[in-house]
Amino acid sequence: MANTTTATTTAPAVTTKPTTFAAALNTAMSDAMEGDRSVCVFGEDVGTLGGVFRITDGLTQRFGADRCFDTPLAESGIAGMATGMAINGMRPVIEMQFDAFAYPALEQIFSHIAKTANRSRGRVRLPLVIRIPYGGGVGGVEHHCDSSEAYYAHTPGLKIYTPATVSDAYLMLREAIDSPDPVIFFEPKKLYWTKEAVDLSALRTQYEDAAQDESAPSAGVGAEGRAVVVREGTDVSLISYGPSVSTALKAAEAAAEDGISAEVLDLRSIVPFDDAALEATVTKTGRAVVIAEAQGFVSVAAEIVARIQERSFHSLSSPVKRVTGFDIPYPSPKLEEHHLPSVDRILDALDELQWED
Amino acid sequence: MTSETRDGTPIQGSHIKETSSSFGITPEQYMLPAAQQIRMLDPEGKLIPEAAQGTSPGHEYPIPEDDALLAAYEALVVGRRVNDQNYALVRQGRLAVYPSSHGQEACQVGAALALGTGDWMFPTYRDTVATITRGVDPLEVMVSFRGDWHCGYDPLQYKIAALSTPLTTQLLHAVGVAHAAKLRGEDTVVLAMCGDGATSEGDFHEALNFAAVFEVPVVFFVQNNGYAISVPLSAQTAAPSLAHKAIGYGMAGEQVDGNDMVAVLATLRRAVDLARKNSMPLLLEAITYRMQAHTNADDDSRYRESAEVEQWKQRDPLLRMRTFLTERGVLDAEAETRISGKAEDVAAALRLAMTTEPEMNPLEIFDHVYAAPTAQLREQRAKLADELERSQEG
Repeated sequence: MANTTTATTTAPAVTTKPTTFAAALNTAMSDAMEGDRSVCVFGEDVGTLGGVFRITDGLTQRFGADRCFDTPLAESGIAGMATGMAINGMRPVIEMQFDAFAYPALEQIFSHIAKTANRSRGRVRLPLVIRIPYGGGVGGVEHHCDSSEAYYAHTPGLKIYTPATVSDAYLMLREAIDSPDPVIFFEPKKLYWTKEAVDLSALRTQYEDAAQDESAPSAGVGAEGRAVVVREGTDVSLISYGPSVSTALKAAEAAAEDGISAEVLDLRSIVPFDDAALEATVTKTGRAVVIAEAQGFVSVAAEIVARIQERSFHSLSSPVKRVTGFDIPYPSPKLEEHHLPSVDRILDALDELQWED
Repeated sequence: MTSETRDGTPIQGSHIKETSSSFGITPEQYMLPAAQQIRMLDPEGKLIPEAAQGTSPGHEYPIPEDDALLAAYEALVVGRRVNDQNYALVRQGRLAVYPSSHGQEACQVGAALALGTGDWMFPTYRDTVATITRGVDPLEVMVSFRGDWHCGYDPLQYKIAALSTPLTTQLLHAVGVAHAAKLRGEDTVVLAMCGDGATSEGDFHEALNFAAVFEVPVVFFVQNNGYAISVPLSAQTAAPSLAHKAIGYGMAGEQVDGNDMVAVLATLRRAVDLARKNSMPLLLEAITYRMQAHTNADDDSRYRESAEVEQWKQRDPLLRMRTFLTERGVLDAEAETRISGKAEDVAAALRLAMTTEPEMNPLEIFDHVYAAPTAQLREQRAKLADELERSQEG
């Protein structure tokens, strides 16, 4: 069943000051460390400095250098050591400094982190989280702007989360840390300093109450994945995740001025994938545009289109369109605006849909 | 303590610690291996006079007690017999593949016997003898080579990681296991195994560096059998020895005759002891030889002369140990009969178990990927279940 409510619906009315995406992530780690001594945080510059994006700011001071610490500069080492620590009872939360800097760790991630549970017939599980700042839109130089989610999503055994809102940043990271499975946690770096009026202590209560009550629905994405409709509409579904959700919402607003009612679906997790929510929105609107920053060829966007075609073909009034990055290496800062999905490009895609019966 | 170079100028940023000087004489020298590899038995199995064993101040290795030596011999005989049995099973088509341990049994037996029950071992695909010596049923090890499942034993039960097929990736897991134990105040030592070729991999470097920086008790144990499949050591490294690599990480290294059961057990025991007492990593390189091809799929005549293999036959670890223990009066005919009887029993049990095809449930391939299968995996499982049902009906 698709759950069409947002994760924050049950949170009390918000009266607090605006909270950044970065602060939500920081508080999620700090709360998890407070509640469970096996949670530890490490990576490059995450200790004294608090991370190049300051996401781990203050954790060493608060919990000590045994629980949040800097490592030598070696990503395979970080991922491999985390694997061993998870084998031996810890819940490591590791940071890859940038998307493209995670590539030296891919062998550890693909050959061991993703496969250890299966290899051992479920006897050895690796409850670890790999946080990866990803995506562009921040004027970053080469190797700092990749959307690398498809590489990981193609590897069975990994869960792939990517929050698009401040409240999801908190709830989904808490859930990732509590997950019995390894989670690749993609943080849209262009959202780090966005603010929303979110009461983190209310979210904490919401998350911890739901975690204690097994019958309650998860506050995060849950074992099945839980995509959320972040804007209701009737004419077309804009399917998106992570950094592209806000672009999709802006495009939906602009489309409304042209008389098009666009629904926006935030997938939140790529693995597990919420097929039910996808089917529900496409069945409702009959049209779909998939929006993602990553290059489109052999991408998550391609997978979504394939799933719509397989499961919802008879509900469609139009071929499904994609608005993605071009099939090029990520361009230099002055050219990235031409590469990233934009409101105009999404509106063009809406124009190209079939609108008449 | 402050470290100095030979001309007396302080070494910038040095973190050399007093406790780390256990393998050598002075802080500058402690990290270097002894001038020659540690060897206690000559190729015929005679005890070498202490002065010629390669030991020197800081590199002393007491000979293990007779009980431990006899237990090691028993494990050598059982290991050799299981290896022979596995080779036969490959020829009969009952095993898909088998990387032979023949010739390297002393290293593998030493690895298993040097550890306590609370310690961990991280073996490679060639370390079947180490794994069974630590107590895993040979059948459970052979599950992966028979093609039933990727790992047949419970790593947590035995504190032995799944045999690693990728090279040196497991060394970092060993560092992580040791690090977790250290953070909890446990005195677990982790033995991390790899071969000579694997020392060229990046994760070898990262693992040794992480272990040294985090001061965790990991003994890195390299079985240098001379070849990475076909490529000789000379094409892997220009280092004076693999043991010398330790110095680059601020760690002590030592080289041992890997076909000398007494020396292997003595050095490994001391390394495990030092690692535990000082919470520090060490690197031990054992010089040994793979007597058979890399696996049954390999043809070693393409890259090495049979004369070389013959030469190494003269240094067989099992025969050397038998001679030594017999002359020492530790091994008599009765013990020999008991041990070979046990080896035959183990081989017979393995042979018998291998004649029975295991009950495989194809649907299990979906069950362990995640703690709870995703909706997509449940769908795919149902599809395969339906296919299986129809094929049974048909």
